Amino acid sequence: MSSTRKILGVAVLMLLASTVTWAQSLTGAGATFPNPMYSKWFNEYKKLHPSVEINYQSIGSGAGIAQVTEGTVDFGASDGPMNDMQLADFQSKRGSAVLHFPTVLGAAVPIYNIEGVTGDLKFTQAALAGVYLGTITKWNDPAIAKANPGVKLPNNDIVVVHRSDGSGTTYIWVDFLSKASPDWKSKVGVGTAVNWPVGLGGKGSEGVTGLVKQTPNSIGYVELIYAMQNNLSFGVVQNAAGEFVKASLASTTAAAAAASQNMPADFRVSITNAPGKGAYPIASFTWLLIPQKIADPAKKKVLTDFLSWMLNDGQGMTEALAYARLPKEVQQMEMKAIAKIQ
Amino acid sequence: MATYTTAETRALPPGGRARSFLRRGQVGEDIAYLITLAAAATIFLITSLIFYELYVQSVISRQKFGFHFLFTSTWDPVAGNFGALPFIYGTVVTAALALLIAIPQGLGSAIFLAELAPRKVSDSLTFLIELLAAVPSVIYGLLGIFILVPFLQADVVPVLKDVFGFLPIFQGAFYGVSYFSAGVVLSVMIMPFIVSVSREVLIAVPRDQREASLGLGASRWQTTWHVVVPYAMKGIMGSVFLALARALGETMAVTMVIGNTPQIKASLLAPGYSIAAVIANEFTEAVGGLYISSLIELGLVLFVVTFIINGLARLMIIAASGGGANT
Amino acid sequence: MNVLMFSLTGLCTLFTIGSLLFILGYLVTHGASALNWDFFSKLPVPVGEIGGGMANAIVGSAKVLVLATLIGVPIGFLGGVYLNEYAEAATAFVIRYATDLLNGVPSIVIGIVVYALVVRPMGHFSTVAGGVALGIMMIPISVRSTEEFLHAVPNSLREAAIALGASKWKTIASVVVPAAITGIVTGTMLDLARVAGETAPLLFTALGNQFWSPGWNHPSSTLPVMIFTYAVAPYDDWHRQAWAAGFVLLMFILAINITARFILSRASYAPRGMV
Repeated sequence: MSSTRKILGVAVLMLLASTVTWAQSLTGAGATFPNPMYSKWFNEYKKLHPSVEINYQSIGSGAGIAQVTEGTVDFGASDGPMNDMQLADFQSKRGSAVLHFPTVLGAAVPIYNIEGVTGDLKFTQAALAGVYLGTITKWNDPAIAKANPGVKLPNNDIVVVHRSDGSGTTYIWVDFLSKASPDWKSKVGVGTAVNWPVGLGGKGSEGVTGLVKQTPNSIGYVELIYAMQNNLSFGVVQNAAGEFVKASLASTTAAAAAASQNMPADFRVSITNAPGKGAYPIASFTWLLIPQKIADPAKKKVLTDFLSWMLNDGQGMTEALAYARLPKEVQQMEMKAIAKIQ
Repeated sequence: MATYTTAETRALPPGGRARSFLRRGQVGEDIAYLITLAAAATIFLITSLIFYELYVQSVISRQKFGFHFLFTSTWDPVAGNFGALPFIYGTVVTAALALLIAIPQGLGSAIFLAELAPRKVSDSLTFLIELLAAVPSVIYGLLGIFILVPFLQADVVPVLKDVFGFLPIFQGAFYGVSYFSAGVVLSVMIMPFIVSVSREVLIAVPRDQREASLGLGASRWQTTWHVVVPYAMKGIMGSVFLALARALGETMAVTMVIGNTPQIKASLLAPGYSIAAVIANEFTEAVGGLYISSLIELGLVLFVVTFIINGLARLMIIAASGGGANT
Repeated sequence: MNVLMFSLTGLCTLFTIGSLLFILGYLVTHGASALNWDFFSKLPVPVGEIGGGMANAIVGSAKVLVLATLIGVPIGFLGGVYLNEYAEAATAFVIRYATDLLNGVPSIVIGIVVYALVVRPMGHFSTVAGGVALGIMMIPISVRSTEEFLHAVPNSLREAAIALGASKWKTIASVVVPAAITGIVTGTMLDLARVAGETAPLLFTALGNQFWSPGWNHPSSTLPVMIFTYAVAPYDDWHRQAWAAGFVLLMFILAINITARFILSRASYAPRGMV
């Protein structure tokens, strides 16, 4: 290649590459579950404030926590609250506390593929825990059959499917199972990734869905949004009050409302197995992680402004994307908490 | 290594290269030598740096588990109990299967493209095959789980079980995701390297080699198989190393079709796990020093496994070619 | 016997080409509806809105790949020259081993290491870090292919040049390398193809960006990361865009490939296979 052509080529590229920007830009990273919602919000926010670009990337809750602690991003996002060890780590590395702001709610639902079964299956808490523990191995086990009179369940082995990648959805699922079954709590426990007693691991929700769709007599779990968007039939789960509740945006918000009675000041709370009527038991908040002390005043203004916008106008956009909005009580608590950012 | 005997003995004064550097007159020569040496040294440095990083960042789990890490089969992030054995097994098995499929397949294609196909056809087809290397891993994974796995489930595995079902490697229930599926997907991914590089080295075999063989009365196939291919063997082996490396380190595609179950099963039809897959799955969500350290230690283990496999492969080559092979 | 064996090889080729055509076909059928002018000129939009594209990802990928080539190919090429033309057996063995080891490092580990070495000291994600990660991944294939094709050049060519009075490095530069250049470029194209589709290393280095990434110091969107993010989302519309992006990426690589070969065929003056 002639050298003039080479140089020209490089020059053009450099020109292309160094587009000057006059925008204030912030970067955030973390949870994948709320990614579609956040991308909508940050896009809308830019339309209102053209000189502000908030770039959010969904690399995972754990990575989000790690990056905001390292200071490589301005804020983080996580499907599970940071634990005390992580809070202390943040304090020592960044010299300030980190604040949690719930943004939307999500839920995990059981999906299944059973020959001859088309309707909604009802699962008691014990049944779900037993299936995932591997103690309930056949579909026509009395624990499942009792809750589903009139449904012909086959005498086939249950093929269990779970997430292989660490995820907030898994966290919600096993958090619920731990509350539903002391056995699960002691044998397996809670985490974004656990030592599953049985089952195949699918990567991501599409991996789990693919496996369940292609494997007869299988059961798995995905986010409610995923099930809704892909028209997957999913089961009904028994909540703490004993009712069988089908997951929906309304029942998810109900779970949060029930839990908001005892909302701690730092918003780090698990709302699985929430008490109250109509509350779907496998639900959770997802949080934005904002450092309490922000050195750059311009960035601080952007973040505080965005938070109040998100808590008001932003909440109106959630339903269209199949996310459950925050209950009013939590919204109000958060508006007050914004003042904590210095 | 290329021979420069005449030039070197003529150019180097007594005292060798070092003294010649001090004496002017060979500046261009020495600069060239130094630049290329620097490049080679950089490569060595980068590899060592990676090893160093892996070693240092895995200190917590190395201290906690010691060598037990290599022989334990549990992987429990909640209890903080980590072991590498199922992942090592899965990595080796899937890579071996991938090579078993891809080497004959790739070499066959390379021979066809180098010896039989008209040059223009061969060139265009090679373009296309090289494109296979550009397909992102995640697309291979998605195609794997949505197309390949059902295909294997419906058409391939029942036949395999009928014919070879007595072998332990084809026994047990098949849920689609398995070592076998991962091996097949990997073989498609590594094939372009074998085809592309082998084809080039086969073409580079001097024509007089072929003509000599044909002149002695050998058939075309005999010439190809007994003269051309052995002449190009070093390059072909090189392509196999490239393919092997990719097979060992592939993440996204494997994790979508291997089943992600940390266990050790003799049957290829069982679900399994590989080192790269578990790192890809859990690293972004891992929190806690021990967890992250264990994942990094798995990376370190893969490094060592690659080291050993490379060593064994080289030994095999040296033994097969009676020493002197330029590995 | 001839016919049988050669037909088998033909079958192998058919299978290989078949897989590629199948993949391309799938990408086109599933992503074609998302391929329009918007795709190449607009920024991504949130779900539910129409008219989005991946313009920033295309530019981002181009920037990262340019940087990766500038880093990986010179080091790889010069390293290959050293291995084949200068090194003694022991050093060569060690360097080759190190190269193969480097090639076997999972892409995600490279991402993690470059994160520790570039992103953390810099304090933020950037295109530069992405280029470094992919550049490191390009080195081994570049070394291997340079070395293989330099080795394939017969020694008689070298000796002829020396006999005519050329110094060693001049011989390499003017005689040996041009004779091997086709193979070396093939290797580079293969190299580029491989790193163009890598996702994991970019996740920890260039991160991603919904907006344009100015210069080299900001996080940047790239095609593989977009494909990954969109393919695993719940939305059909995003799935179609992911397939379309996959197709665009492949066409991008094909275009670079064809351009390089074309330029090469005009410039080369040492026919292959000739002694």
